Amino acid sequence: MRGFLKRYRVFLLLVAVNIAVVFIWPEIGMKSLELTRVNLIDMLAVIPPIFILLGLLDVWVKRETMVRFMGQGSGIIGVLLAFFIGSAAAGPLYGAFPVAGVLLRKGSKLSNVFIMIGAWSTTKVPLLLFEASALGIKFTVIRLLLDVIGIAGIAYFTERILSQDERQDIYDRAIKMNEMKK
Amino acid sequence: MTVTFYALSMLGLIVSVWKSKEKTGLALKKAWKSFENILPQLLAILVIIGIMLAILTPGQISAVLGSESGWIGVLIAAAIGSITLIPGFVAFPLAAALLHNGAGYMQIAAFVSTLMMVGIVTIPLEKQFFGIKATIARNAAALVFSLIVALVMGVAL
Repeated sequence: MRGFLKRYRVFLLLVAVNIAVVFIWPEIGMKSLELTRVNLIDMLAVIPPIFILLGLLDVWVKRETMVRFMGQGSGIIGVLLAFFIGSAAAGPLYGAFPVAGVLLRKGSKLSNVFIMIGAWSTTKVPLLLFEASALGIKFTVIRLLLDVIGIAGIAYFTERILSQDERQDIYDRAIKMNEMKK
Repeated sequence: MTVTFYALSMLGLIVSVWKSKEKTGLALKKAWKSFENILPQLLAILVIIGIMLAILTPGQISAVLGSESGWIGVLIAAAIGSITLIPGFVAFPLAAALLHNGAGYMQIAAFVSTLMMVGIVTIPLEKQFFGIKATIARNAAALVFSLIVALVMGVAL
């Protein structure tokens, strides 16, 4: 129970703030609760398959296989695979972080993990269709072309500025988080 | 898309159970653990988004961005986009509404791009996985990139 309170303290505090807002400015408070409720339901609808696939990936895909396809020296295949995983995934960006954790644990190259994160955030297929209908096809196509360049650029930049120790630290974190959960 | 994912995960589970019940159980346990691991931050983020969207109306955002706001408008748009984390299916209609209310393509490009790539609210969560340096580097690079996107849109459209 104490562990629960400690882990969820920020969330509980925010809920308390929101409830206080309901009493002070009822309109804003109620609207915010409603928005949170809708977002929560949306999230819960999208998330289960992601995590089930993640669990299956973790149990069934051997480390050597992942290293071969997405590790050091995986080249263009690793890059394309990273783009594909990110673009095909559903759900908001914060769903991508646990996926990144599993990829790292299995020995994926760091820049490929960053490409997956970038693709997850912007080049999702259903979102592109939605964007085209809302903002126009020209806007969408220009942004998509720039995004592909930008995602790769950001991934290489982020990997390059990290020292060898810092890169190792990211892999260690991924492993530690997995152990912590057992 | 979500339906595809449900179908895929069901298929995966069936194949997995057929091959090994034990490993499937382990996979489900891992799935739940990795979900529960991010749940506290996730719930906190959802409440923050709810409160922010309740306070900021599209009308107010539109008023701040203006029509001829130029680079100042771009910077404001990027700043708003970086803080909030609105999912795409909310962001695009909002962006379209802003466009129709006279906001420029440059500002909207900066807004949409930072909305999806830069997340100040999710930094604590991202930090857990990548450490503080990589997290800041990625977000900063994404912010610069979003400004470049805005510039290109300003020239092209």
